[in-house]
Amino acid sequence: MAQHSHEAAHVAGASHDAHHHQNWFQKYCWSTDHKMIGMQYMFTGMAMALLGAFMAYVFRMQLAFPGHAVPGFGLVSPGQYNMLITNHGSIMIFWVAMPVLIAGFGNFLIPLMIGADDMVFPRLNRLSYQLFLLSALVLIASLFVQNGGFGGAWTAYPPLSADKHYNLTPWGSSLWLIAVVLEFVAFLLGGINFIVTSMNSRAPGMKAFDVPIVVWTIVIASILFLASVGPLVAGAIMLLFDQLLGTSFFNPTRGGDPVLWQHLFWFFGHPEVYVVMLPAMGIVAEVMTVFARKKLFAYKTVIYTIIATGVLSFFVWAHHQFVAGIDPRMANVFTVTTLLISIPVAEMCFVYIATLYGGSIRLTTPMLWALAFIAEFLIGGVTGIYLGSSGLDVFFHDTYFVVAHFHYTFFPIAIIAVMSGVTFWFPKMFGRQLNEFWGKVHFWGTIIPFNGIFIPLFILGAAGEHRRIFDYSNFEHMSKPWMIDMRIAATVSLVVMLAFQIPFLINFVWSMFKGPKVGKNPWNANTLEWTADSPPPHGNWAVMPEVHRGPYEYSVPGRERDFWPQDEKV
Amino acid sequence: MLDHLIASAASFSGDVDGLFVLITVLVGVWFIAAEAMFFWLIFRFRAKDGEKAQYVTGKEKHLKKWINIPHALVLVCDVVIIVAAIRVWVTIKQTLPPADRTVRVVAQQWAWTFADPGPDQKLDTPDDIRTTDELHVEVGKTYHFLLESKDVVHSFFVPAFRLKQDADPGRIYTGWFKPTKTGSYDILCAEICGIGHGVMGALLVVDTPEAFQAWEQAHAAETPAEAASATESTPAPAAGQ
Ligand code: HEM
Ligand SMILES: [Cu+2]
Ligand SMILES: [Cu+2]
Repeated sequence: MAQHSHEAAHVAGASHDAHHHQNWFQKYCWSTDHKMIGMQYMFTGMAMALLGAFMAYVFRMQLAFPGHAVPGFGLVSPGQYNMLITNHGSIMIFWVAMPVLIAGFGNFLIPLMIGADDMVFPRLNRLSYQLFLLSALVLIASLFVQNGGFGGAWTAYPPLSADKHYNLTPWGSSLWLIAVVLEFVAFLLGGINFIVTSMNSRAPGMKAFDVPIVVWTIVIASILFLASVGPLVAGAIMLLFDQLLGTSFFNPTRGGDPVLWQHLFWFFGHPEVYVVMLPAMGIVAEVMTVFARKKLFAYKTVIYTIIATGVLSFFVWAHHQFVAGIDPRMANVFTVTTLLISIPVAEMCFVYIATLYGGSIRLTTPMLWALAFIAEFLIGGVTGIYLGSSGLDVFFHDTYFVVAHFHYTFFPIAIIAVMSGVTFWFPKMFGRQLNEFWGKVHFWGTIIPFNGIFIPLFILGAAGEHRRIFDYSNFEHMSKPWMIDMRIAATVSLVVMLAFQIPFLINFVWSMFKGPKVGKNPWNANTLEWTADSPPPHGNWAVMPEVHRGPYEYSVPGRERDFWPQDEKV
Repeated sequence: MLDHLIASAASFSGDVDGLFVLITVLVGVWFIAAEAMFFWLIFRFRAKDGEKAQYVTGKEKHLKKWINIPHALVLVCDVVIIVAAIRVWVTIKQTLPPADRTVRVVAQQWAWTFADPGPDQKLDTPDDIRTTDELHVEVGKTYHFLLESKDVVHSFFVPAFRLKQDADPGRIYTGWFKPTKTGSYDILCAEICGIGHGVMGALLVVDTPEAFQAWEQAHAAETPAEAASATESTPAPAAGQ
């Protein structure tokens, strides 16, 4: 397994020659190079993040100032409100977190970190991105058809989602569903590539436990995705049939069962949380070891923990359905499994904290993001305990407490860890350095208002504020002055946070072209990607690397330098 | 604690609030300990000139215990929370104390309709009192509710009672509550159900026995036909698409 396939390398090399004289179109639209595809995924994901954030801005403005026109959007109608939250959620999970974390970093990093010249199936890879792009276009189109986009929440519970008489968006709901299915097919293709590549194309000498954590996490996440997505794709196609062909898989008046969809959805939906969480954990581990100059504390334990988390994640889905009318005895089983999953997740957090012990910590921008990930993710983790406890979920389910909880997990995953990774690997991607000062401005300008958005939402949720409501002035117990103030505080924080993304965008684009040039290994890191040129050419290395040790040999006693690259002979 | 944020008005709402406090204490201690440790380490091990990091692999026994002991303790806390959570759950959802009265709750896009059994105490008889957007109950009595939906998934949510139950079309769910404080409380729909979801509210009025009787007598006089037509005129959502 650890053998590098010279034949494959040869064939891949030949196809790279054929691409030598590329025009713009071949290079940027039709590339099979894993790095280009990875960056395409990342850029597409970041563009979609701006769209998703704009939606959040619009509906938060509506919540803080109901009845007033939102600058840049106008008056928000109840139908539009539902459309905005639905597509915000769908976009952030399916078109931001997944493409950036798994497909983006997976494509960019896996071959570079295991010492391969490309993915095993480069054309499949290209097809995967193109399908993904198509799915994004279909989703955007769904917002502009007659009656607007789908508004039945990202969970799309039927019969609301299945029947245009109920949801009033005959086009929007079908296009939304088609976009989701296309997107899943795209990730299936990508995931197969990741698994096969990291099993077959590792550099000579690289044993399973010499593989950097982030590659492990992406591969395990891909396996989770493959194992969980089947039921959902089947369910989505059944739902599409219900919408368009008049079948009634989920329609109770003709023998269907709406709760079946909920099981199919959450059987996928919960592992999905770990699908995006694991790569984020991996990125953070890479960054922390480099800037603490430390070996990852108990590397093997982390890997076993990740596997345990992955397996357990298939046994917790019904905690989303405690009050959905499932057999109440079943809730007890799922309370137990849900609280048990806190053990491996706590383990990971402890291990990361322990990694700092005895370190020589440098607070660079990537490191600040990595540390913030731990600090904030802990809040998401502990608040999950409240919701996994069936007796309390009876009250908290579908309140803003839930909204705050999952944003304290998703925001660290999809924004904080991603920023850590982007600022860390930026020099490898573009051969230039980001500006540290503006990086730190961006960091603090994001982290502080982020807490300002979601801490109020915990309190509002605990006061019974339920979610997906466009105007709380319709309810007396939710119109107390302190609640109105908290809604405004959350919204103002959001606007501040969005404003602080501007320095990042400028810094990013400016540094891409004008930043100071860097050599191969600007951070003095160990893993293989830092032995390739910055940016690496097609094929990554002129002479393929060999591996002699694990990825985290920092500060080894008796050596003069505090790092020891994986490919260095002695 | 929750009581400060929102009134608590049913027999089991105190149990839910107690569970909230228990979890807050247990996870709060861990959270503060972990964050304190974390910031202390960052502060203590900042890079200094000429000082190298230590080579720690995580296999050292004396260091590993710093992970293993907390771990065992987390497990203990988990078990405590599991037991407490299941006990509250069993009270609310798994046991059905004998009912003093049974009401029907019907959800539909986008209104709640209720049926009180009326003087004969039996549902589905001509003297049923059918109301829209307002459910009257008597304080201190144990109620069963029969919950159904006419179209999509809705969710019967009474925050002051700490009670929530989805309503699925094609099924009837039975649940219970026992109001302990008079007053009127919001009923909400907690599951997105279309463009009117945001206005799908109703009032739950907890009356003293005297007030309840007065209400019952006033409404029992109405002909069922009148009440039925009230059901038809579901309020439209405040603004159109
Ligand atoms: C830019 C900062 C963000 C803000 C201010 C924000 C705000 C919100 C709010 C207030 C809701 C609840 C709407 C409701 O239930 O009425 C919501 C829903 C949601 N958000 Fe975010 N969010 C942000 C970023 C993210 C990110 C980064 C993710 C995930 C990667 C995410 C995923 C979701 C999901 C899945 C939902 C549920 C949508 C649904 O109910 O169908 N959000 N967001
Ligand atoms: Cu409803
Ligand atoms: Cu609703």
